[in-house]
Amino acid sequence: MTSTWSRFNITSIVLGFAFLYLPIVLLIVFSFNESKLVTVWGGFSTKWYVSLFHNQGLMDATWVTARVGVISATAATVLGTLAAITLTRYTRFKGRVLFSGMVFAPLVMPEVITGLSLLLLFVAVGLDRGFFTVTLAHITFTMCFVAVVVQSRLVSFDRSLEEAAMDLGAPPVKTFFQITLPVILPAIISGWMLAFTLSLDDLVIASFTSGPGATTLPMKIYSQVRLGVTPEINAACTILIAVVAVGVIIASIANKRREIQRQLDEQAAQRG
Amino acid sequence: MKSLGSIRRDFAPWNDPKAKPYIQFDKVTKKFGDFTAVNNLSLTIFEREFFALLGASGCGKSTLLRMLAGFEEPSAGRILLDGQDLRGIPPYKRPVNMMFQSYALFPHMTVEKNIAFGLKQEGMPGPDIERRVAEMLKLVKLEQFAKRKPHQLSGGQRQRVALARSVAKRPKVLLLDEPLGALDKKLREETQFELMDLQQELGLTFVVVTHDQEEAMTMADRIAIMDKGEVMQVATPAEIYEAPTSRFVAHFVGNVNMFEGKVAERTASTTRITGATGAQIVVDNGGEATAGSDIVFAIRPEKIKVSSKKPADAVNALEGEVYDVAYLGDMTVYHIKLDDGQVVRASAMNASRVTEDPLTWNDRAWVSFRPDAGVVLTR
Repeated sequence: MTSTWSRFNITSIVLGFAFLYLPIVLLIVFSFNESKLVTVWGGFSTKWYVSLFHNQGLMDATWVTARVGVISATAATVLGTLAAITLTRYTRFKGRVLFSGMVFAPLVMPEVITGLSLLLLFVAVGLDRGFFTVTLAHITFTMCFVAVVVQSRLVSFDRSLEEAAMDLGAPPVKTFFQITLPVILPAIISGWMLAFTLSLDDLVIASFTSGPGATTLPMKIYSQVRLGVTPEINAACTILIAVVAVGVIIASIANKRREIQRQLDEQAAQRG
Repeated sequence: MKSLGSIRRDFAPWNDPKAKPYIQFDKVTKKFGDFTAVNNLSLTIFEREFFALLGASGCGKSTLLRMLAGFEEPSAGRILLDGQDLRGIPPYKRPVNMMFQSYALFPHMTVEKNIAFGLKQEGMPGPDIERRVAEMLKLVKLEQFAKRKPHQLSGGQRQRVALARSVAKRPKVLLLDEPLGALDKKLREETQFELMDLQQELGLTFVVVTHDQEEAMTMADRIAIMDKGEVMQVATPAEIYEAPTSRFVAHFVGNVNMFEGKVAERTASTTRITGATGAQIVVDNGGEATAGSDIVFAIRPEKIKVSSKKPADAVNALEGEVYDVAYLGDMTVYHIKLDDGQVVRASAMNASRVTEDPLTWNDRAWVSFRPDAGVVLTR
């Protein structure tokens, strides 16, 4: 095997990365633009970040998004974990196929349909649209992602751990909270983070199910862009990207370090 | 006094009609759907006994253990522990503890916390727990590993933590599911003796499940050989080896030569057998065989003597040709093809460094054995 950096290889890599990241780089660069015109560079400045924090509308939307995200991700994690446990532990009950199909359907369901059907439901029940309905909708569509993540962990979970706990005198509920939960916790946390991220950047479903006073950040950004892109929006998006990137980087570093530590420990243990 | 095999310790409650059974399986059946894992099985285990369930995988031995622990309920029959019917008692309320094949150590807890887990469930006061944990760590020689997590331990150390955790509560019975299965051969041999010492020291009743006959022979007071959900024979290791009651058991434990045949003559002290291929064999213990019945004569390789000339005083001597010779260091294994076509396996200890009359491929040879060297099997 030869690993030469042929002209073709380099070109395809550059083009690939450019395709993926050039728009984002442009967005970040222009968030530091002095000029009010989005596409004309007028020198470096951070003034849009300052004005961003004085934009009450955007700040309100951020606050709504954060609250919706935390509440819906938490509820979706609880429900998704329960669904995952049911699916892995009770392999034979009536309607299991239907149940698993229904749990995982939102993964492939077009968002427009999810959003529209939820809207129809809320109207039919007479529920006033607002903060509560967006949160409810987000719980519904993020739950299946949590279920997938937790289920894949539970499949490899050694049941004899639970049996050992019960054998040593712990009743089932205690066993769940003292043994099962701590062992699958990393998967539950990833599930929560996934649900939070999905809630954070959802525009379609939120647009259908939200009402006055509960505008989320993506909705706010989208509506402002329709009146013309302002550098303020660029700044808001840059902050969002930074938050997500920092989160991902921290998570992967922590993961990597744990993995390395584990390998070192195991090698040390083998040596005695 | 004559006795089968070698004597180990003076402990044989199963021969004492007044001894009270400690664990009783009473006509226990366990079905999983259409599959019968355990079939109408009755078994008695005594207090302080080291009892082994030996069998190939799928013979129902693990199911038996899991029913004792409470993870499975029998489909029919009863299990009694110290006179108490265990039906309906969940695992967390049974006075038995189990050591799992996978060890099942809690990965998020230190060695110390793992051992303390069962004691905490009991509601034992803190200082007592600390004392007991220290005692257990000392017992398994892991004092300096108390603060480690399971993944920071070697396989042998994990095994010892699992053991310490399962005996920490001083259960009435300790169940061990393939306790040495995951260890390498050398460590396994060491650990066998450690387990035996531990059982003596704590005075507990041990029930161990294994597929390794050597392990069962080494450790157990009695062995139950299982096949297809049924017990084939329950006896001491020596009895299992020297006096198997069926072809299955004779085959399952150790090597054996089998001669198909018919009982030609039966008296109180001797049984004359005519082999299917013509060999004449005289045995002084015919068991339940009656004249004219079809039987199998089973004899272990080390009970057969191989020589180049017919031994003058031998009651049973058959002639043949050396077919194969395997020199293993401590002993030599001969495969002798008898003139009637049957191949006999014989092994000889190499008690001296030089052999006076060496036999090799294609030499004519005689195999001989005493009338009490083998057993007659009717099933």
